[in-house]
Amino acid sequence: MNHSPDARRSLALRRTLVLRWVGVHALAVAAALFFVLPFVFVLFTSLMSDQQALTRDLIPHTWEWGNYRKVFDTPGFLTWWRNTLVYAGLGTVLTVASSVPVAYALAKFRFRGRNLSLMLVISMMMLPPQVVVIPMYLFWAKQLDLSGTLWPLIIPMAFGDAFSIFLLRQFLMTIPNEYLDAARVDGCGELRTLLRIVLPMAKPGIAAVALFQFFYAWNDYFGPQIYASENPGAWTLSYGLESFKGAHHTDWNLTMAATVLVMAPVILVFFFAQKAFVEGVTLTGVKG
Amino acid sequence: MSRVHPPNIPNTLRSKRRASALRAAAFMSPWLIGFSVFFVYPMVSTVYFSFMHYDGFNAPSFTGLKNWSYVFTSYPMFWPALRNTLWLVVIMVTCRVVFGLGTGLLITKIKSGVGVFRTLFYLPYLAPPVAATMAFAFLLNPGTGPVNSLLERVGLPSPGWFNDPAWSKPALTLLAVWGIGDLMVIFMAALLDVPTEQYEAAELDGASAWQRFRFVTLPNISPIVMFAVVTGVIQTMQYYTQPMVAGKVASGVIGGSGQQFEPGYPDKSTLTLPQLVYNLGFQRFDYGSACVVALVLFALSMVFTAFLMRRRGGLIQAGE
Repeated sequence: MNHSPDARRSLALRRTLVLRWVGVHALAVAAALFFVLPFVFVLFTSLMSDQQALTRDLIPHTWEWGNYRKVFDTPGFLTWWRNTLVYAGLGTVLTVASSVPVAYALAKFRFRGRNLSLMLVISMMMLPPQVVVIPMYLFWAKQLDLSGTLWPLIIPMAFGDAFSIFLLRQFLMTIPNEYLDAARVDGCGELRTLLRIVLPMAKPGIAAVALFQFFYAWNDYFGPQIYASENPGAWTLSYGLESFKGAHHTDWNLTMAATVLVMAPVILVFFFAQKAFVEGVTLTGVKG
Repeated sequence: MSRVHPPNIPNTLRSKRRASALRAAAFMSPWLIGFSVFFVYPMVSTVYFSFMHYDGFNAPSFTGLKNWSYVFTSYPMFWPALRNTLWLVVIMVTCRVVFGLGTGLLITKIKSGVGVFRTLFYLPYLAPPVAATMAFAFLLNPGTGPVNSLLERVGLPSPGWFNDPAWSKPALTLLAVWGIGDLMVIFMAALLDVPTEQYEAAELDGASAWQRFRFVTLPNISPIVMFAVVTGVIQTMQYYTQPMVAGKVASGVIGGSGQQFEPGYPDKSTLTLPQLVYNLGFQRFDYGSACVVALVLFALSMVFTAFLMRRRGGLIQAGE
């Protein structure tokens, strides 16, 4: 057998390509296991019987779907759901409504102090909520007597959210000015231009902001801990989940079932809105 | 006769300018109110309270620098929190950036099933922090946790994770690396933007895979790496939910039973600055000292934010 040098080289090349394919995909599978196995173990444990949850078993012997009913029957669990939906839903609507005009002004108007405003927006975006929490708590609790409710977390969202303003502004910058000028030439006022021309074009950006804001409220732990902890009737899922562990000391199965129930809605929402979400992440990561 | 009088022009200009300033102010108004009420007012107030003794019941009284010297010299949790923050900045941020870049690279190299892999890699980022921390507190619990039983099965030592001061921060790092999806997406977008001609040219010059990464990929994506590092540092300053929840679950002291959880379990190893604000303000009712820590936190956050905005070529494009 006598291979020509060319044929031998192409054989070697093919072999490297195959090896590279195998290597890359083996690595990808290993990484996928790292990302997925925690979910799998949590799900499995959530379906174990009480006795088995006390062992080191990894896979349930019997599949106890009733654990999920027990979680729903826990006093308060449905109230936490309702509170979370109110906080996240109302908060999202208020944030979008109040942030869009600000973002529009920052993206499309020329006025003195615009760059300063934008810089302040970005600084606020990076501000830990703990920095201002003491005076804010005193304000809401002592002056307005609103501690034990979620209102101190919802009301501020009617006054623009820095992150949402920034993300929307980045999005609105990509809309060509010609569309706006055309509308103005046709005699549209700024408000009409915003509502009729800009809003329909900005739908993907608004969707991304709404999603982020919804997740923010869903995930918020510090806010409810400060303002709602004294009143279990105002707890949210993220805050209540922790106390769930406190009430079911050793029952990892029920705690994990509750954990799954807190994770699941977020992941479901993601699957329905994947595109908007990833777009939002890249928009804030912005351009080099 | 129909000459326009020169003085009129500046007048109309001025009124036009005034109208457009008014219009801008109207559109900006939600944020202008929010900024004043939820930022300027509380910031001024925080500075004020940092010089006051205030427990929420008796009227505030002026104490000069007492709160400041208490936080820096006598409060036993301040320096451990700062040391932990440094540890997390050096190790956790580095791990997140390296793994984020790694998974981003991996995704761009995958030929089959990209969509599935990308979704799987991204999913943990979405897990709500409290839920994700609960999950890891279970996975890593030394008694029945799957991770330690797997480690023992293959004959490796099984650490105490969230129950061991030496392992609690590595456990938090593991949790942070698990939720790498945001960085992966950002790096992926940046990697796909690198011009392919540069790779082809490097390949023609006989550059190895490492050399191509070092001399083509890295220089092209370095602004994004910088962005990831700086935002990572800022996020680390704000690190609150995960260490708090992990400490509570691992220590078994969860509110409602009358016991009070002191942040930092085990042995102050998971303390961070935001937790000190909670501890001082809402557990010790020492609002003045809590405000001192809040100001330290503010100063540190702003230093890095300024860095983020000042870099030319724009980590964040502020101006035009």
